[in-house]
Amino acid sequence: MGRYWNEKIECMSREDMKKLQDERLVAQVRHVYDNVAYYRKMMDEKGVKPEDIRGTEDLHKLPFLTKADLREAYPYGLLAKPLSDCVRIQSTSGTTGKRVVAFYTQHDIDLWEDCCARAIVAAGGTRDDVCQVCYGYGLFTGGPGLNGGSHKVGCLTLPMSSGNTERQIQFMMDLQSTILCCTPSYAAYIGETLHDMGYGPDDIKLKAGIFGAEPWTEEMRREIEKLLGIKAYDIYGLTEISGPGVSFECEEQTGMHINEDHFIAEIIDPDTGEVLPEGSKGELVFTSITKEAFPLLRYRTRDICVLTREKCSCGRTLVKMSKPMGRTDDMLIIRGVNVFPSQIESVLLKMSNATPNYQIVVDRLNNSDTFEIMVELNDDMLSDTVKSIEELERKISSDIHSILGIKAKITLVEPKSIPRSEGKAVRVVDKRKLV
Amino acid sequence: MTIKQLSIFVENRPGRLSAITRLLGNNDIDIRAMSIADTKDFGILRLIVNHPDKALKVLKENNFSVTITNVIAIGIEDAPGGLAGAMETLYENNVSVEYMYAFISKTENIAYVIFRVENNENAAEALREAGYKILTADEIYDM
Repeated sequence: MGRYWNEKIECMSREDMKKLQDERLVAQVRHVYDNVAYYRKMMDEKGVKPEDIRGTEDLHKLPFLTKADLREAYPYGLLAKPLSDCVRIQSTSGTTGKRVVAFYTQHDIDLWEDCCARAIVAAGGTRDDVCQVCYGYGLFTGGPGLNGGSHKVGCLTLPMSSGNTERQIQFMMDLQSTILCCTPSYAAYIGETLHDMGYGPDDIKLKAGIFGAEPWTEEMRREIEKLLGIKAYDIYGLTEISGPGVSFECEEQTGMHINEDHFIAEIIDPDTGEVLPEGSKGELVFTSITKEAFPLLRYRTRDICVLTREKCSCGRTLVKMSKPMGRTDDMLIIRGVNVFPSQIESVLLKMSNATPNYQIVVDRLNNSDTFEIMVELNDDMLSDTVKSIEELERKISSDIHSILGIKAKITLVEPKSIPRSEGKAVRVVDKRKLV
Repeated sequence: MTIKQLSIFVENRPGRLSAITRLLGNNDIDIRAMSIADTKDFGILRLIVNHPDKALKVLKENNFSVTITNVIAIGIEDAPGGLAGAMETLYENNVSVEYMYAFISKTENIAYVIFRVENNENAAEALREAGYKILTADEIYDM
């Protein structure tokens, strides 16, 4: 095993890759049209027939799918295989209304894990490595994806999941982990805890880390690398498309190679939907060309980034995407969890007759996200006893926790004390400066 | 029988109490009694004033979160054991007190106690039967 998990694919010439994509796309469009009534209707409405798609150059003719479609079609509306052929469900972190669930056949799991294996090998992983996976396991794709990839590579896999940091470090030292997979903020936290416990990089055997599921900066990368004495690699993915491993970083650390034998990437103008030329900044759109159960065509990620085909020193020819530079919607990623202001609003709406004014303040303190929600106390939330106001605070906090899965500090403030900008309340203050 | 108490939400930051009391002063509102309950992040200022409805309006106009709570006030003898007697009466009648505060009158040898209880009627009844004087709203406001 060399520097690539699948050299033939990862270093394939542009012409061969296009041929492969063309074949797969044509078959996939047929599969989706025949099996997914929801998308068939969209194609019919746009006047596109499967035979109109003869290759990637025809991709732009297909209609876009958005997260709203996924919610509308929940749970089975975009399923392209009988449930009896499916073996797994994964889900995105909850939203105000319905969650988004993705289905996988065994084939889909295999290709997803294969993508993760490519990421692990690109980070220097071999069968001699000990891979500690501290992404959450469960409905979240982080843990299962990297776990599967690690198995494929043949690493000794430690399925730690997140939390219990001192135990993580104990295992890391006792079992000599060489590769760490988790969110970048958790990696930094592990690094800081290691130092707090009186150890340093020389006391562990880690050489590489594969970090994703939340935005992070170059500065943070250097800090993690220093804290843990490793090389830190970025990984990108989304549940709708499969999970982590849609794209991954190589040793050049200048963007993530997209596994384009499975996922075709486009950059579009988020306002017009027009496809933009290589090198333009725009919304990233993925078409899944090999998945069986949940094959999304032209799915809008809402992530803003740039694609480049410039030659990479690693030898891979797979197109590279930049780190996401922002979002086309108001979604925040806090401690790896997707947070929409509307979710906060739905919780507050239950507390009062009038939606209270609020402000989300996100910052990064010691490489970990802080999450505070300031809520203007209105008259029908007020009581003359401290007990009932503290009860209200607790209720907001626990409702937020149960919807988002992460805790927020709730601060009640006086009416009209949250600054307005041109009469409109500023809903989000993100001090993390991630872009 | 009951008296209107203003309960005002106050953030723990400098100048808030000063702003509230100055606002009331400028509007000719006289404070009869007050207490404050505080936590790490906020406090609730409770006030008995001469014109509660006017005070409520003024505070709301100035963006304070404020609510009216009905409380009862009694007069007790300003002497050792004066309060203890009233508390025993409430205890014997199973009235639990959410919070309370007291103030002394300017002339007579009497102290006044404001009670916030679950059921004002039960509490007032018990106290009245025990011989305590329940103050009317006018008596307090015009004091």
